[in-house]
Amino acid sequence: MCLAVPVRIVRRVGDLAEVDAGGVRKEVSLLLVPEAAVGDYVLLHAGYAIQLVDEAGARETLELMRQLVEAEEPDAD
Amino acid sequence: MDDTQALGRRLAAAVSRHDRRMQLMEVCGTHTVAIFRAGIRTLLPPGVRLLSGPGCPVCVTAAGEVERAMHLARAPGVLLAVFGDMLRVPGRRESLAEARAEGAGVRVVYSPRDALELARRHPKLRVVFWGVGFETTAPGVAAAVLEARATGVDNFLVYCAHKLVPPALEALLATGEVRVDGFILPGHVSTVLGTTPYAFLAERHGVPAVVAGFEPTDLLLALELLLRLVERGEAKVENAYPRAVRREGNPAARAVMDRVFRPVDARWRGLGEIPGSGLALREEFAAHDAARQFALPEFPDAEPRGCRCGEVLRGAVLPPECPLFDRRCTPVSPVGPCMVSSEGSCAAYHRYGRRAG
Amino acid sequence: MREVERILLAHGSGGELSRRLVEEEVLRYFDDPVLGRLEDAARVPAFPGRPALTTDAFVVRPLFFPGGDIGKLAVYGTVNDLAMAGARPRYLSLAWVLEEGLELAVLRRVLASAARAAKAAGVAVVAGDTKVVERGKADGLYLISAGVGEVPPGRDLGPARLRSGDRILVSGPVGDHGMAVLSRREGMEFEGEVVSDCAPLAGLVEEILAAGEVHCLRDPTRGGLVAALKEVAAAAGMASEVTEAAIPVRPAVRAACSILGLDPLHLANEGKLVAWVAPQDAAAVLAAMRRHPLGREAAQIGEVLEGEPGRVVLTTPWGGRRRLELLVGEDLPRIC
Repeated sequence: MCLAVPVRIVRRVGDLAEVDAGGVRKEVSLLLVPEAAVGDYVLLHAGYAIQLVDEAGARETLELMRQLVEAEEPDAD
Repeated sequence: MDDTQALGRRLAAAVSRHDRRMQLMEVCGTHTVAIFRAGIRTLLPPGVRLLSGPGCPVCVTAAGEVERAMHLARAPGVLLAVFGDMLRVPGRRESLAEARAEGAGVRVVYSPRDALELARRHPKLRVVFWGVGFETTAPGVAAAVLEARATGVDNFLVYCAHKLVPPALEALLATGEVRVDGFILPGHVSTVLGTTPYAFLAERHGVPAVVAGFEPTDLLLALELLLRLVERGEAKVENAYPRAVRREGNPAARAVMDRVFRPVDARWRGLGEIPGSGLALREEFAAHDAARQFALPEFPDAEPRGCRCGEVLRGAVLPPECPLFDRRCTPVSPVGPCMVSSEGSCAAYHRYGRRAG
Repeated sequence: MREVERILLAHGSGGELSRRLVEEEVLRYFDDPVLGRLEDAARVPAFPGRPALTTDAFVVRPLFFPGGDIGKLAVYGTVNDLAMAGARPRYLSLAWVLEEGLELAVLRRVLASAARAAKAAGVAVVAGDTKVVERGKADGLYLISAGVGEVPPGRDLGPARLRSGDRILVSGPVGDHGMAVLSRREGMEFEGEVVSDCAPLAGLVEEILAAGEVHCLRDPTRGGLVAALKEVAAAAGMASEVTEAAIPVRPAVRAACSILGLDPLHLANEGKLVAWVAPQDAAAVLAAMRRHPLGREAAQIGEVLEGEPGRVVLTTPWGGRRRLELLVGEDLPRIC
């Protein structure tokens, strides 16, 4: 459906931004995420940032996983 | 990473402990490949069957539309810019890759912005971008149209074939042809839509659904959540990809999409005509609309003889159950689109599914 | 004075401009005495071992990319093919197909780079040819090579020697070259730490062969690691199992692959080798690789098994498994 990857904004000029992912730099458009700022992580798809990826969400994912696993294991002490 | 990896392995163990028989559907083609690539199919308990839904832009493109795109690529002075996914989709006789070999103007691009750049560099050519994909991709293409108009690049056009996910799920369930006990919902479409557009799955059809990410741990998390919802008979829509998907999605992206496109009825390979399931450029952007600027003939949606991609797309048939699968229809000589696209369930099954263990 | 010196069709006519092209351009960079005699064939001294011969065509686009260019690629690619057969590279021939309109400055840059690479690899360019084609019939410059090497007596590498239980080693991270070239292709440009690994492997091969019982070597160029693993397994009538987490991939290459929707295991490498080694010598050969500059990040990635010929299964960190298949169609950026 849609490959998209988290990248970090390192420079912004108007709607255009330079983003970094693992040392790879690319120019992308921020037109779809106007509030994104340098230092933010955004999801990159086909040349456009389509959403902000926030740390809180990442922690929430880990927390969700922990809850599921703790509640599930029969021999969990 | 190790913390996630350890949790991932414990989740994998949890997933394999479920014993109830059920059919789940992963809607998104990227999920189909991510699940196979992580080898998650070999971790699933025997009772759980995973179907692939209509979520691969290549597979759902109607055969007639492929013919019209090729017609554009052969038109003099036209350069058709396409995502790599579309190069090998079979039309009635040949694919774009073969048409290119015969001299048709075809160029693979990574982004609609690259197609816009091509139009700037080749002012004497008309660069037509084949706009395929769902709510993840359409906002970007809309943004490119806005940029083209704002900067006066009037030799940049879009041949719009974008499709929308919720109407397709509605149509899928309406056929009643396939029992789906739970949906794994497309993660990146949902970053744009949010979770509310899927409420009808639970409220009207009583089917639980979980929005999933694409890392192996995301998929295992979504699977475990969904298996529990199905077992407890809880018809709910849950978000297992909170780091990227918010309840309200991305309103700014939707606004850009709505500014340039309007919903229209669309033909889907395998699902036929679905009301309000496609997008077309609004009247205001007629100058950039290839469908209006070129007299595109109608082509029938004839399916290759014996090809059951339609039923595979609806989850009514698993790829190995198609008579052509791995015989007349292989990745090297594909008959139907589901074998062409690396995201298509037949290609994924052929590549990863056959005796993967 | 013309503003830009370019290749003209006349350079291919065999007349005065052809003579000047060869003597004033080509020979300026390749000062080998045998080549200098410009005879129709290069006669070279005999050598005790068995001769090995290889040939390769280079049509890379763009001509220059981070970490290399078509000239360096042509020399090292040919040297490496010889080295994989256990041959010590000795002599090269380079045939140049030049497009009418190619700037002489570009040709000189490539000639200089190829000459430097030949010296670094310790091979003599003793024969060659230049032809010119009309504008539009070639992408600036194509290079066709041939290479002769000496296989020392008693050395016999190849898939036939593979045995069940052999360990599979790779000399470093995969995907560098393929992604470096893509990073400069129109419509996909990106910057960053993605550099071609283009390098001569003959020296590394000698170290490896001295360290233990090596059955087969393969440089995973087009088709990448997957093609090398499957082709050798099929030729040997064996199967293999590989651990995904053990395969080194640079973070920048992995990131670029996820942005473009590509798989590093299918991307070309131009300075890496895969070695199939007897189990008892795997540790020693791996250590030898890591002592060599081109093998610093070498790793053991899998094992040869009895089974369906050519079947290579990858085990994922989550305990899942999937079959590796040859890529169908080109490796192109995808959205889905």
